[in-house]
Amino acid sequence: MPRWLPILLFAAVMTALPLIPGIPPFWIVLLDNIGLAALVAMGLVLLTGVGGLTSFGQAAFCGFGAYTTAYITTVYGISPWLALPASLVVAGIAAVLLGLMTVRLSGHYLPLGTIAWGIALYYLFSKLDFLGRNDGISRIPPLSIGSVEMFDPDTIYFVIWAMVLISAVLTMNLLDSRTGRAIRALRRGHVAAEAFGVQTARAKLLVFIYAAVLAGLSGWLYAHFQRNVNPTPFGPQAGIEYLFIAVVGGAGYVWGGVLGAAIVIILKEVLQGYLPLLFGGQGQLEIIVFGILLVVLLQLAPGGVWPWLANLVPLKFRRTVTRNAGGLPARERVGGSTAAPLLKVERARKQFGGVVAVNDVSFEVNAAEIVALIGPNGAGKSTTFNLITGILTTTGGRIEVHGKPVDNTPPQEVVKLGIARTFQHVKLVPDMTVLENVAIGAHLRGRSSAVASMLRFDRGDEAKLLAEAARQIERVGLGAEIDQLAGSLSLGQQRVVEIARALCADPELLLLDEPAAGLRHMEKQRLAALLRQLKDSGMSVLLVEHDMGFVMDLADRIVVLDFGTRIAEGTPDAIKTNPDVIKAYLGALA
Amino acid sequence: MTALLSVSGVSVSYGKVEAVRNVSLEVRTREIVTVVGANGAGKTTLLSAAMGVLPLKGRVTFDGIDVARLDIEDRVAAGLSLVPEHRELFATMTVEDNLELGAFRIAKSIAAQSQERVYGLFPRLKERRKQLAGTLSGGEQQMLAMGRALMGAPKLLMLDEPSLGLAPIIVADIFRIVGELREAGVSVLLVEQNAKAALGIADRAYVMELGEFVLDGPASEVARNEAVVASYLGFSHPA
Amino acid sequence: MNTTILLFLLQDGVTNGAIYALLGLALVLVFAVTRVILIPQGEFITFGALTYATLSAGGVPGTAQLALVMGLVAFGFELFSVRKSLHLAKVVRAALIYIAFPAVVLALATWLPAHKPGVAVNIALSLLIVAAIGLFLYRIAFQPLAHTSVLVLLIASVGCHLALQGFGLVFFGAEGLRGPPLSDVTLTAGPLLFTGQSLAVYGITLALMAALWLFFGFTRYGKALRATAVNRLGARLVGIRTSLSGQIAFLLASVIGAISGILIVPITTLYYDTGFLIGLKGFVAAIIGGLVSYPLTAVAAIVVGIVESFSSFYASNYKEVIVFTLILPVLVLRSLAAPAVEEEKD
Repeated sequence: MPRWLPILLFAAVMTALPLIPGIPPFWIVLLDNIGLAALVAMGLVLLTGVGGLTSFGQAAFCGFGAYTTAYITTVYGISPWLALPASLVVAGIAAVLLGLMTVRLSGHYLPLGTIAWGIALYYLFSKLDFLGRNDGISRIPPLSIGSVEMFDPDTIYFVIWAMVLISAVLTMNLLDSRTGRAIRALRRGHVAAEAFGVQTARAKLLVFIYAAVLAGLSGWLYAHFQRNVNPTPFGPQAGIEYLFIAVVGGAGYVWGGVLGAAIVIILKEVLQGYLPLLFGGQGQLEIIVFGILLVVLLQLAPGGVWPWLANLVPLKFRRTVTRNAGGLPARERVGGSTAAPLLKVERARKQFGGVVAVNDVSFEVNAAEIVALIGPNGAGKSTTFNLITGILTTTGGRIEVHGKPVDNTPPQEVVKLGIARTFQHVKLVPDMTVLENVAIGAHLRGRSSAVASMLRFDRGDEAKLLAEAARQIERVGLGAEIDQLAGSLSLGQQRVVEIARALCADPELLLLDEPAAGLRHMEKQRLAALLRQLKDSGMSVLLVEHDMGFVMDLADRIVVLDFGTRIAEGTPDAIKTNPDVIKAYLGALA
Repeated sequence: MTALLSVSGVSVSYGKVEAVRNVSLEVRTREIVTVVGANGAGKTTLLSAAMGVLPLKGRVTFDGIDVARLDIEDRVAAGLSLVPEHRELFATMTVEDNLELGAFRIAKSIAAQSQERVYGLFPRLKERRKQLAGTLSGGEQQMLAMGRALMGAPKLLMLDEPSLGLAPIIVADIFRIVGELREAGVSVLLVEQNAKAALGIADRAYVMELGEFVLDGPASEVARNEAVVASYLGFSHPA
Repeated sequence: MNTTILLFLLQDGVTNGAIYALLGLALVLVFAVTRVILIPQGEFITFGALTYATLSAGGVPGTAQLALVMGLVAFGFELFSVRKSLHLAKVVRAALIYIAFPAVVLALATWLPAHKPGVAVNIALSLLIVAAIGLFLYRIAFQPLAHTSVLVLLIASVGCHLALQGFGLVFFGAEGLRGPPLSDVTLTAGPLLFTGQSLAVYGITLALMAALWLFFGFTRYGKALRATAVNRLGARLVGIRTSLSGQIAFLLASVIGAISGILIVPITTLYYDTGFLIGLKGFVAAIIGGLVSYPLTAVAAIVVGIVESFSSFYASNYKEVIVFTLILPVLVLRSLAAPAVEEEKD
């Protein structure tokens, strides 16, 4: 089934709804409100569910959108349509300013920060004279197309839902792209994404702005729907409610936002209508039930309603990869002095407090060479990898690639020099497919921007990217698993997926951290054959591995570390008989 | 003789991936049993599941009671104790406080005796008793983790990679103390990558590969097994 | 600037700041132990204050009934979670905590007000009622979610805040209440006038802080709470139940919240929704303290109180804007000082 068919069906149903004879006008108002909330919730889905950034402050961005259009349409009398870009830009600029301050905050600081500025902005709206203080701004003109003025709920209905549908399609397009994969990788930590060139801080700011612009759009619609604005709907309570909507619907799913909006708004309406009848008109009973339902929902279905529904209707959308999409451009080779070795580590040192993890280690890797780094657990092998790839900064010494110093350059720059790696603790995004995970490896080889992706101008670029990813998956022998979720593979296979991802970066040097761990005998032999084949094609490999049989058969040279210090270097045969090495491996008890 | 800890037909999964498949193991009273295997073989997973840190399928009985569905805290109360790979110390609290909390479940008078015994086993900890746990060296942290576990007077001590990142001389010290524990009546289940050291001290051994036991028997026999020598004891000795 | 005004504003700020400090400490404690960002702290404040005010006016507070209902629900949760290993001892213990305790408190709250008890009795009764609510709230809402992410806990926390605030409106109405002061003494020192109430605020704040310091530094349960905060798995491995630590933390937080409310309600009229805003100012302090440092939180709380009192004098319209914007430069400094290097958190 094609992807667009359900969307088209949904659009048809939504168009038909208000045309049903005898439908209560009150239902249309409800649907309008659902659409307005869905827009904000959709932004939150991207921000919170997909990107992992929780915001309680989205209502404030609605406020920016609503007040901007309210102010310029009433004071300057310009058309609401001309005010639309202004509304979106103001919401976007507010997001840039707040985002620069807050998106780098980790963990719980971000949600708390958003609560704080959400409240501050609410009070600001209600105190500023030119925004009408607590009374707000009224007599806002309605939207109009030609001579049709949209005074009533069932004409603006079409505008609202057209916006919802367009935003949903744009959002889904964005998620299904190079930028989208980078955003989806954010929630699982930065390290892997950065190792393939993703500017994570920039990606976070992007989703923050995107969500704010959607909220601003909702605010703009709201202002011309209600035709007056006051601070209340943009306060902290509303911000909390939007997050609630996203969580109820399913914070990881674009349609979860729409569904959540429908559930919450209808529920609120029902509660407000019936609770006073049941319990006598005392107090805000609906808020009590609302709060309790929220807690109950989290205990019973923390993932939200959408994934649960989606499971009931098992529709499969298979992605087809165009294998002959043409090749990606090769990564730009960095010209360096050809005389210099590919990688040169010279007296590299890393101290954590008083502990010396890497103690003046030196070694080199030349072109088309397989070098193994071995040593007991805790010898500093993975730390050395992290120093080379820029994840950690060195305390001393030099690391050079093609004669250029790379120590203390960020990981995003190191990968541009042709160094790609895998991780000892697998860092894949478990709820993305193998194909999508591997495609992150080619992040830097794609060019399409976020806007191009939303408008699907990225299809040519995207097809090449996916074709390259598919080629590398075939190459490592996981062609059968290409559409599986990465989290459903065995740990050994996940390691191999990481190798495919690294190959996607078109590297000259591959850093493999325990690639054979968790592989069966046959799989290890296949891996060894692959690595030899890579070497024959001119690639170099630096690997950390505990399986001595594997290492001895494969490596050209071996570097032995013990307690952060290099204790030996040489050919496998020389290492096997080196007394220092035997002592280190077998310990004092030998 | 009945087993103190009996694990039978146990599987542990992370999502859809089975990290431990249908594994059975026994530890008897006054016995040191070791599980050896490569990184990622599932050793730590097995130990965590036995302690209740991870959920498992299968049966686990300890000291005659079925503990497979019990919380970690109830397993501690039953006399089972785990020193995890990452030690999980209370880094911002003193050595003394860490030890005191190790005896959270038992009466204060008994705790005082436990403390004397632990300081006896690890005199270094007594010297450092006012120091914050996070400021100790790796070896001292391992000693503190073991000491904290022993404060609760467990019947079985499960050690996950106690030699990880420690200098050979300290490893030797720790293994010596493991031996002393057996003399004191504490059984030990030891998971180690340093197979040579582990096999040297254990009574019985299990070899784990890709989530399954591929070999078990008296430690001395396992240590002589050719496949084991090739895979886990580094390279074969030069002739 | 006039020195008298300056001193007066400072004094006012410190008085409020002391209360924010208490709240901030409770928030840090609850977060460290349970990872719950305690938004309903505000309701503990209002419930404490308004329960005290209602009792003092001779009425029966609805919170006492709420405590019993929550106790019954919590009892149900408890029985359900131990259904596999039902022992009589466990059931009796649960019945005592979750049913007998709130039932006795309700009986007292119904019977006592007609007999015009003293201020101390009313305070004690108010604290018991709010303590029960805090304890049961953890059992019902948070204990079943203990394994989930900070975000899920935060949203649940918001849900609890909404529900409790709704109850507050039902019990106490939309009209504000004031309570009788703890003492009528006044002292003058130079230009400053100290009321008995403000002295009580200082005294009780200091006493509570000292008590908390003793509790955390020298008692087994206090240390167990710290241990849970430092390393949850480590704590479980020595047999400290996360749920026990969570219950103690919520008990302390609710009592601290209620005390803060009782300290404030003689000074200003409190409404059913005032607590939220007061609690959030405690938050500002707690966030400035990084949600980990107690001393930093206390100092930050005093600063928040002083900033608030000065801005209410010079720019009263923008008081809340200024107080809540205060957090932003702090967050920026924090993010510059420690670029986020977190790993694989969900």
